[in-house]
Amino acid sequence: MNKTSPVAVNTKSMTFRRSKTRISDKIIPILLGLCALLSVFTTIGIVYTLLQESVIFFKEVPVWSFLTGTTWSPILPPKEFGVLPLLGGTLLITGIAILFAVPIGLACAIYLNEYAPARVRGVVKPVLEVLAGVPTIVYGYFALETVTPFLQKIFPNMGIFNALSAGIVVGIMVLPMISSLSEDAMRAVPKSLRHGAYALGATRFEVALKIVLPAALSGVVSSFVLAFSRAIGETMIVTVAAGATPQLTLNPLESIQTMTSYIVQVSMGDVPRGTIEYGTIFAVGLTLFVITFLLNILAQWVARRFREEY
Amino acid sequence: MEQLNLGDSKGINRRRRSDQTLHIIFLACTSIGILALMALIVTIVTDGIFRLSPDLFTNYPSRIADKAGLKSPIVGTIYLLLLMAPLSFILGVGAAIFLEEYAGRSRWVRLIQLNISTLAGVPSIIYGILGLAIFVRGMNLGRSLLSGVLTMTLLVLPIIIVAAQEALRAVPKNRRDASYALGATKWQTVSSAVLPSAIPGIMTGVILALSRAIGETAPLIMIGALTYVAFLPENLLDSFTVMPIQIFNWISRPSEAFHELAASGIILLLIMLFIMNIIAVWIRNKYSKNI
Repeated sequence: MNKTSPVAVNTKSMTFRRSKTRISDKIIPILLGLCALLSVFTTIGIVYTLLQESVIFFKEVPVWSFLTGTTWSPILPPKEFGVLPLLGGTLLITGIAILFAVPIGLACAIYLNEYAPARVRGVVKPVLEVLAGVPTIVYGYFALETVTPFLQKIFPNMGIFNALSAGIVVGIMVLPMISSLSEDAMRAVPKSLRHGAYALGATRFEVALKIVLPAALSGVVSSFVLAFSRAIGETMIVTVAAGATPQLTLNPLESIQTMTSYIVQVSMGDVPRGTIEYGTIFAVGLTLFVITFLLNILAQWVARRFREEY
Repeated sequence: MEQLNLGDSKGINRRRRSDQTLHIIFLACTSIGILALMALIVTIVTDGIFRLSPDLFTNYPSRIADKAGLKSPIVGTIYLLLLMAPLSFILGVGAAIFLEEYAGRSRWVRLIQLNISTLAGVPSIIYGILGLAIFVRGMNLGRSLLSGVLTMTLLVLPIIIVAAQEALRAVPKNRRDASYALGATKWQTVSSAVLPSAIPGIMTGVILALSRAIGETAPLIMIGALTYVAFLPENLLDSFTVMPIQIFNWISRPSEAFHELAASGIILLLIMLFIMNIIAVWIRNKYSKNI
């Protein structure tokens, strides 16, 4: 009889395991949920620290004069805290990067999607992915040691530190982002639309421009916005190659300073807490955070709102 | 009829020509990216290759270029990697499992999801400011290895969570159904049926995220990873430096010799990233067929 009782033994061990697993099934979701909540705490932490120190800063420097002042001179007297030169420097770099990366990235996406044979595609895509994985400090070196000397042959009076070189290299950095996200969006356009256009006698360019691009427009535009946001937050390339001269200029051959490279510059010295220099890190950081945050939200909104469903 | 055909063939010729011209333009644009990568590699290798020597591994950073090495930065980068890996793996995969397997689709979950994708787009220097305010000053951890590890973990978490979620989503539903049918509980199903087949994908994502982290410079400058460290960190509260920071320090010096050192440091950094990427791709290819 006893030999046929494994069933009973089994149920016994099962009930034992049940009670054990029931505890784990109660505790584990809570632990996992805490991991997920950590991301929320991170966001709260970012917003809280930026705001808290910025509030102290804005007690000494009125928000209005911070946002509209055209001189940034935080260390040398007369101290002035107008963020516009830093913002202008950032936008100059970003503008050059976008002018460089948008046409080339889009052309790249169209080529890979409509023209390239599968074999070429199989080589080019991984190469672009490598480009996306290069650390930004390496790009900084490239800007300073290769791109700037090359550009100095074209513009002999250009200094070592200039916006153009840094802007182009930031453009190279965001290029893979635009090409790969745009290509994904174009790839998602149904083949039947393409075949219909070909059947009507369209050329590949006409298919790309009049059929695929409009259908994939939301994804393509959102890739531009994301690249824009990435370029604004880029730090090491501009710190190494664009100089540290906060000035409002549209001349790409001049040295400028961006919001990010200012933050790096000031934090390299040991800034005592509670000083106004320490406050500038957070005020400029808050400005940077708000801009990139709004752009990221915009990119997500564009991708969702204008998506063509097939 | 004749005229119409003629007109059409003229039109089609013009359109074909413009199609071919644009083909060439698109190809040229695509090759710019590839040329840039080649130029970058050629520059760095020609500048730095003759500075590559065992001294680079055994010497500490120095003010004299010929004596300068990368010992403390290399060790710092490896420590950072080894400490970050388990922490970011556990927290990231935990969050991904919660969101994919437990949470359902309520409004709160969508908000957490939106929050994670937004965090992935926050500039890395902002994480540096967060680390400076919370870990270095707030918790009084100082400019230590621990501050660096915690800051960088927060930085890579969104990337790891998204990658792990994709890996979990790729596990076929019938594995879960089969597990439930055998009487397994939720956690047994997740841990014994879902995770094993998702783990290669998760590992690939984690390694790629970590390889991004060890190339990061700005956040660690913010929390004050020192550039002149002539000792190896012995505990979590010691100060430290990492390879990108030492490279940045060398680039910032006017002397050409230090730029060559920077290039040789970049070669080492790129080799390290290359190996990590090879491992990630290898894991992906080896296990992707088995699911």
